[in-house]
Amino acid sequence: MKQVFKRPEALVDVPFHFCPGCHHGIVHRLVAECIDRYGLREKTIGVASVGCSVFLYDYIDVDVVEAPHGRAPAVATGVKRACPDNFVFTYQGDGDLAAIGTAEIIHAANRGERLTVVFVNNTVFGMTGGQMAPTTMAGQETTTTPFGRQTDTNGFPIKMAELLSQLPGTTFIARAAVNTPKNLMRAKKLLRKAFEVQTENQGFGFVEFLSACPTNWKMSPEQANKRVGEEMIPYFPLGIFKGELK
Amino acid sequence: MAETVLVKGNEAIAMGAIEAGCRFYFGYPITPQNDIPEYMSKHLPGTGGTFIQAESEIASINMLLGAGATGARAMTSSSSPGISLKQEGISYLCGSQIPGVIVNMSRSGPGLGGISPSQGDYFQATRGGGHGDYRTIVLAPHSVQENYDLTMKAFDLSDKYRNPVLILGDALLGQMKEPLKKHSYRKKEYSKDWILTGTKGRRPRLLKSLYLSEGELTDHNWLLYKKYKRMKCEIMFETQFLEGAKLIVVAFGSVARIIKTSIQMVRDRGMKVGLFRPITLFPFPYDALEKISLSIKNFMAVELNTGQMVEDLKLAVGHKKNQVDFYGRPPGSIPSPDELYNEVKKVYKKRIG
Ligand SMILES: Cc1ncc(C[n+]2csc(CCOP(=O)(O)OP(=O)(O)O)c2C)c(N)n1
Ligand code: SF4
Ligand SMILES: [Mg+2]
Repeated sequence: MKQVFKRPEALVDVPFHFCPGCHHGIVHRLVAECIDRYGLREKTIGVASVGCSVFLYDYIDVDVVEAPHGRAPAVATGVKRACPDNFVFTYQGDGDLAAIGTAEIIHAANRGERLTVVFVNNTVFGMTGGQMAPTTMAGQETTTTPFGRQTDTNGFPIKMAELLSQLPGTTFIARAAVNTPKNLMRAKKLLRKAFEVQTENQGFGFVEFLSACPTNWKMSPEQANKRVGEEMIPYFPLGIFKGELK
Repeated sequence: MAETVLVKGNEAIAMGAIEAGCRFYFGYPITPQNDIPEYMSKHLPGTGGTFIQAESEIASINMLLGAGATGARAMTSSSSPGISLKQEGISYLCGSQIPGVIVNMSRSGPGLGGISPSQGDYFQATRGGGHGDYRTIVLAPHSVQENYDLTMKAFDLSDKYRNPVLILGDALLGQMKEPLKKHSYRKKEYSKDWILTGTKGRRPRLLKSLYLSEGELTDHNWLLYKKYKRMKCEIMFETQFLEGAKLIVVAFGSVARIIKTSIQMVRDRGMKVGLFRPITLFPFPYDALEKISLSIKNFMAVELNTGQMVEDLKLAVGHKKNQVDFYGRPPGSIPSPDELYNEVKKVYKKRIG
């Protein structure tokens, strides 16, 4: 019988700690698949960030350094400059990348660092219990926007992919989702490209993943998955904002 | 290569770093240490090294963390407000046991303060500075030559202990020009069985400071504590005229340099005054001072602040009937040798007669 589905070699065979229906696990798997696909397991150095994905190193079977909250792009810059032949990626949440670490991501992108950035946008601070993130949707209730995010006082959800695509230093910038099989297949292609721009030494690659956080959205996994398609995608359009798929 | 050159203190630090094999420098401009990044930007590329002018001190220290994680020798430099911003990163370096050299050519605070020399960052440097129960080795040069020599030493110590090392100078030490005797340096090799290189032929390695399982963080803190204890064997200090001295002046860094002249002046007038100059501020030479205090009872701390190192001096000698006097100069002006001569004389007259 032909095996059609197996665990990527770069993914450690342990259960994820993520909540049921969380998209972090799917994105982890996509990262591991790409590491396998390009034969990078033995030359990858991952940079973990602070958020629900901090235990990246328990799941992805590569060398990992843990960065302070928001600083992964700066840490990755140091790693990559010291080891230009290694494959270096960061994995960051939206609080990490779009709030406290805004300066670091913008400047790493602007310098055109040879990095691959995996950005998980779930519209909340997941790890700390569901507070407002810069990506929280207008009107969305969180533990610090109990009456819904008011754009006149809390500002608007930041579109990081669009913002970074304005920087001449970047090479590939895209937004993906993993809420449907079709979107998942597309997400794989986009992530591959973000890997390739580094392996081919072209420049900075970035994929934003719209992700469900059922726990902090106070939804069932099904409802949360549905919300990605119904509420997030209309505001955060999927697509490529810089570069193209060959 | 025993060539002698006339250079600024800041340049001596940059030269020492490159000689010691530092190939990565990350920094953000701030007076009075800009000669360091400027020198590095000019000279590192020629050695195959990398210079990055980062977007902030926060980014700089984290770039250092990344380069250090791969086993590379890396340095960042700044001055007081910038060093405040680096504290989170320094705490992570300590927690994850990643080496790196951090230079603070300190200026005056609090806040934006000013750019005049100050020793107001002594507590910050010697007590960890950021969050958590950690220490960094702190080296305090007092001449251009020492800036160079101690920078080389800093890289060895940092690798040896897998811990960041801080060099604490100030505007005076950074800006003054003196002859520097360059010399070659033999890099000490320490075990690199922890660095991140990719997993080829081995299990993955992990550099982290997060410990959540039962008891793990307790063990980790004890392990770090034992390491800080072991650093005691690196204690360095300079003494002058201890023989028969009745008063010991304790000072470090730039003010120690000035007070050497003042001590010569009081001695020329028959007052028996000696000097004790800590070179490692952490670990602090408590034991050496305590030993001295068994035969000499009078001490005087002199600092360019309102009293910080004096607390360590009291911890070392403040037992029994010893006297610890203090003269402090907050930022704004540098005391002249004559002024310090008068201050030392006053204390000598009061305590000894
Ligand atoms: C300097 C600092 N500030 C705050 C925190 C607390 N903190 C930990 S994770 C987090 C936000 C995580 O949210 P996000 O990056 O969106 O990741 P998620 O958990 O949603 O995947 C915060 C604020 C911290 N660890 N460090
Ligand atoms: S809190 Fe949200 S982001 Fe974190 S693991 Fe649970 S579902 Fe995922
Ligand atoms: Mg989030």
